[in-house]
Amino acid sequence: MKNIDAYTHLRGESIYLDDIPLIQGTLYGAAFGSPVAHGVITSLDTSEATAHPGVVRIFTYKDIPGENQIGGIVPDEPLLADHEVHFCGMPVAFVVAESIDAARAAVKKIKVAIEPLRVITDPREAQALGELIIPPRTFQLGNTDQAWQQCAHIFEGRADTNGQEHLYIETQGAYAVPQEHNALKVYSSTQGPTAVQRAVSRVTGLPMHLVEVEVNRLGGGFGGKEDQANTWAALCALAAHHLKRPVKYSLHRMEDMAMTGKRHPYSADFKIGLNAELKIMAYEVTFYQNAGAAADLSPAVMERTLFHCTNSYFVPHVKATAYSCRTNLPPNTAFRGFGGPQGMFMIESAIAQAAEAIGVDAAVIQERNLLQTGDEFPYGQKAQSEAPECWNKATGLYNLTTLRKQVDAFNTTNKWHKKGLACMPVCFGISFTKTLMNQARSLVHVYTDGSVGITTGAVEMGQGVNTKILQVAANTFSIHPDRIKIHSTNTFKIANTSPSAASATADLNGKATLLACTAIADRLRKMAAEELSVAINAITLQDEFVWVNGMKTDRDWKSLVMAGHTKRIGLSEHAHYATPDIHFDATREKGHPFAYHVYGTGIIGVTVDCLRGTYTVDSVKVVHDFGSSMNTAVDIGQIEGGIVQGIGWMTMEEVVYDKEGRLRSNALSTYKVPDIYSVPKEIAIDFLQTPHDNLAIFRSKAVGEPPLMYGIGAYFALRNAIRAFNKKGHFPFDAPMTPEKVLMALYATPQEGTIPPHEETSKHLAVDK
Amino acid sequence: MIKFILNNKDIATSLPPGMVLLDFVRYHQHLTGTKVGCNEGDCGACTMLVGELNNNELRYRSLTSCLTPLGNVHGKHVVTIEGLNMEGLNPIQQAMQDESATQCGFCTPGFVVSLAGFCLSGKSATQQNAIAAVDGNICRCTGYKSIERAAAKIAHLMQARQDTDPISFLSANRFLPGWFAEIKQRLYLLGTELNGQSHATTATEWLGGGTDVYVQKHDSLKDAAIRFLFDDTRLKGISRQGNRCIIGAAATVTDLYESPLLQQHFPRLNEHIKLISSTPIRNIATVGGNLINASPIGDLTIFLLALDAVLVFSNGDQQREIPLRKLYKGYKNLDRQADEQLETISFALPASDTRFNFEKVSKRTNLDIASVNSACCYTLEGNQIQDIRISAGGVAPIPKLLEQTNAFLKGQPITEISINKAIAIAQTEIAPISDARGTADYKRLLLGQLIKAHFITALQLTDH
Repeated sequence: MKNIDAYTHLRGESIYLDDIPLIQGTLYGAAFGSPVAHGVITSLDTSEATAHPGVVRIFTYKDIPGENQIGGIVPDEPLLADHEVHFCGMPVAFVVAESIDAARAAVKKIKVAIEPLRVITDPREAQALGELIIPPRTFQLGNTDQAWQQCAHIFEGRADTNGQEHLYIETQGAYAVPQEHNALKVYSSTQGPTAVQRAVSRVTGLPMHLVEVEVNRLGGGFGGKEDQANTWAALCALAAHHLKRPVKYSLHRMEDMAMTGKRHPYSADFKIGLNAELKIMAYEVTFYQNAGAAADLSPAVMERTLFHCTNSYFVPHVKATAYSCRTNLPPNTAFRGFGGPQGMFMIESAIAQAAEAIGVDAAVIQERNLLQTGDEFPYGQKAQSEAPECWNKATGLYNLTTLRKQVDAFNTTNKWHKKGLACMPVCFGISFTKTLMNQARSLVHVYTDGSVGITTGAVEMGQGVNTKILQVAANTFSIHPDRIKIHSTNTFKIANTSPSAASATADLNGKATLLACTAIADRLRKMAAEELSVAINAITLQDEFVWVNGMKTDRDWKSLVMAGHTKRIGLSEHAHYATPDIHFDATREKGHPFAYHVYGTGIIGVTVDCLRGTYTVDSVKVVHDFGSSMNTAVDIGQIEGGIVQGIGWMTMEEVVYDKEGRLRSNALSTYKVPDIYSVPKEIAIDFLQTPHDNLAIFRSKAVGEPPLMYGIGAYFALRNAIRAFNKKGHFPFDAPMTPEKVLMALYATPQEGTIPPHEETSKHLAVDK
Repeated sequence: MIKFILNNKDIATSLPPGMVLLDFVRYHQHLTGTKVGCNEGDCGACTMLVGELNNNELRYRSLTSCLTPLGNVHGKHVVTIEGLNMEGLNPIQQAMQDESATQCGFCTPGFVVSLAGFCLSGKSATQQNAIAAVDGNICRCTGYKSIERAAAKIAHLMQARQDTDPISFLSANRFLPGWFAEIKQRLYLLGTELNGQSHATTATEWLGGGTDVYVQKHDSLKDAAIRFLFDDTRLKGISRQGNRCIIGAAATVTDLYESPLLQQHFPRLNEHIKLISSTPIRNIATVGGNLINASPIGDLTIFLLALDAVLVFSNGDQQREIPLRKLYKGYKNLDRQADEQLETISFALPASDTRFNFEKVSKRTNLDIASVNSACCYTLEGNQIQDIRISAGGVAPIPKLLEQTNAFLKGQPITEISINKAIAIAQTEIAPISDARGTADYKRLLLGQLIKAHFITALQLTDH
């Protein structure tokens, strides 16, 4: 089944936030962001801006009737700066005017004086100063201290990954409309309607039942709208609440890029030990997460880094520690993979360093250490592993041996172009790691004409979740999909939702929908059984008809529903689903946090132009564990898109802040995401159909995040190609591998630092390129 | 009063001619199928098609409506996604649906419009050409593979066109609504009606395609008094006079790309131009705009510097010639009077023994601004370099002709030693800074590599 939104998407008829027809009297907002990354506000002068024609009012923290606080996990994030600013772009004031132009012009006339304080952009610097968002956490398995003795090879090193801008093509935004009894209706481009509802409620002081948040769909989210849609919604709500007029704010791209957080940059120190058979015996790693100026989702992201610190490998002795470091960057936030990719990059770097030093292909170490069923993760869960199956199928199907020979032959005969190859196994846990979030509700109405309306907590952002939920209902009722409409997500219809995130949305909301549809179907079946004087088990709904003992009757769906209504049988159901069997004890850092894991193996091939430092990704060949895919078109789309986004993170996407914490890559002209010419020439995807029962909806495993991690292989493939040209050159594990880093590495000398860093260049992450 | 046809509707508006087309269509005409993505021409979500009559031939081109003022579509036909909708999906939309080439859907209308631009272009029906039409469209969801598959399908469908006029073919095959057939006549009548009408007599801003000016001054241009140069026929055209090529200042990059004269003298022109921005930007970006914008990294500026181009300015009374290499006095500081307008750019066409090369490296190969770019034009006598001009962008406050390097190379043989010496000299006359496009160290190393690349064959830097 194709994406149910494709028709309106292709005609430009799908409605996004900025397309909602406006109510008369609508005003327009624009935020004034701090020009300084850290300092004390000594004066704020809005007089000239207030006098600008068309300006209605300028709001500051003083106008907040409730609490000036939008922090979700930790209450450390004011909506509007009060006395201090903590990052460039931090909202200080909110201008509301009769037109967009007036609001934007007025913002430029606001004057603020800020006494600067020390600006920290480097997480290691923050950690050294004790600037931590939460206390550090450590995951442990076995005893690394004793394990080093069993190792024939021990390597220590460091690896860094940069941030990643979400670059959803639809920017953030909100539209707040006052209702009677002081209530507010807020249209928001958010993955977390309840998070927005909570933030608006907190800021305005209104109870949650007066705050209706409505989400039709998003023009992309990728995690960027999980928590960070709250600000704009709360600002519009604050203004609408005061002015009793609708207020809209759809961010300009440069505002969005400057004011919102990104994927967390990480720095890590690692130590890896292998025995003579190249089994990884011990792995120690310390992560320095660059959280930015407030907690946002950083503690949860950090936790997932720890969960995925050994990727797809079994390591008997592990000690992984993570620091969430407070810096003066915009609060970094969820991004597809949610800390997992960073954890995986570090162990892949450790393996690569070991392989380079020992003189074997990294794939040899990777293969020897793949998780087997029954192996224990550092957090205590036992693996139901598909890792060897994926690896064996991928290396066989795509013929890794031949691929490697071709690369070697090419590199022998070509001097100025070099090819590189890397394998990237992936293991990703499915479930919110915060157990309480693994619940969902679905509201299903069957109308008397046989049509069905469904509301869930899922937000459609391109991932096809509504298509899958519709399939669940069509399948359960056995009716034509055209009879079913998935409605917008709305906090007055479905309460207390978890955000659409963690790849778990289709599972959670799909299962709730399955429960709701099954309950209604069972009532209708019972009625039909009574009518026909047969046992209920004899009744099935099939192809829009009632069947008895496998024989079609002439009772069709529509008349069945009508009869149900006549007999006063409930044709609506609100069902609740909570993932069973999962638990996690954070005091021991042990438990069974995931409903299941998704596995896969990718083989990535690249070619480097050794004269210019440019490169192409030639192929990504994947065997992916789908369980049993319920929608192959949607799932292939998620995999192709995830791979390209992961490659972007590892190659051309470079978030650049200067030392003062100002974003320099602040527009699409300076921050580059993959275009159609830069994507792999070939992406091959093979379905690993795994027969085991699992907790996925219809046994169709979650597919949103895991494929992104195949992109990590592009980094190591490029590294291998560079090493084919410059065997001895020293170059660090430092992603992304931009053409700049490639060229510098191609001509690097064996000693570290012999290419002198430019005076403005600092070593630390994300700063000053 | 700006008049044009928007899809099937006649528009006459008194709104400021400096307002961008995107805002007019979305917020005044309430056609919301066209999306706002980046406001700087870098994502393609706002792509529209613009049709105009040229010698009684109706020709459509895609453009980024976020950078296009209403004044630049005066008298033309503007097509948005709504103008491509019919009952059910058209074959472009159908191919996209069949290949699941839409996910969140926000970029999708832009892709459909760009692909319609391909179908209307009359270009040969290859997947490569269909993909080239979406080189300015960014999709963050799909990874493009499904879009590539849809493009292949659409190209296949277009093979049936053969030599038929694109509009007739597309109308007959239900790619386009029936009213498209009337547009040519309607544009002709509109043109007759507008004949002699001009706007903005006392202009404070002069504007070509707007591709750079609207990025820099989006907010202030809306209400500015603008003199629109884009459609000034006196500034159009690419012609030959003796051995010189004369380019009108308002010629677009696409005009260069499609010029038989330039294609003849620059056999790798397509390869070079493909590195410059994207199809919808090339369709509106002017050569003059690239030079006057004075970006230290302007691709065409670097291209033309190596060709020793000469510019003709006019203040209405007098003309003044100045070599391009003398135009830039400092960062964005030009040797040009406020009342002087660039009219033409000319250069000697490379002779058969002249070698020309253009190199550009950026974070993303296509649709990006260079970290460093460089062009080189030289002749040889035996193995000795005669005339040589190497230009370089991104390594100084101005687009730079490497004069000392060039002086050194004159008379030298092309050897590894001489080129390495030249690179060392180049290092002394450049002053790159670290910015979002790379560190100063990188730019220094990269320029050296690009200079080597200019002599790639002679230095045996190729693989075979």
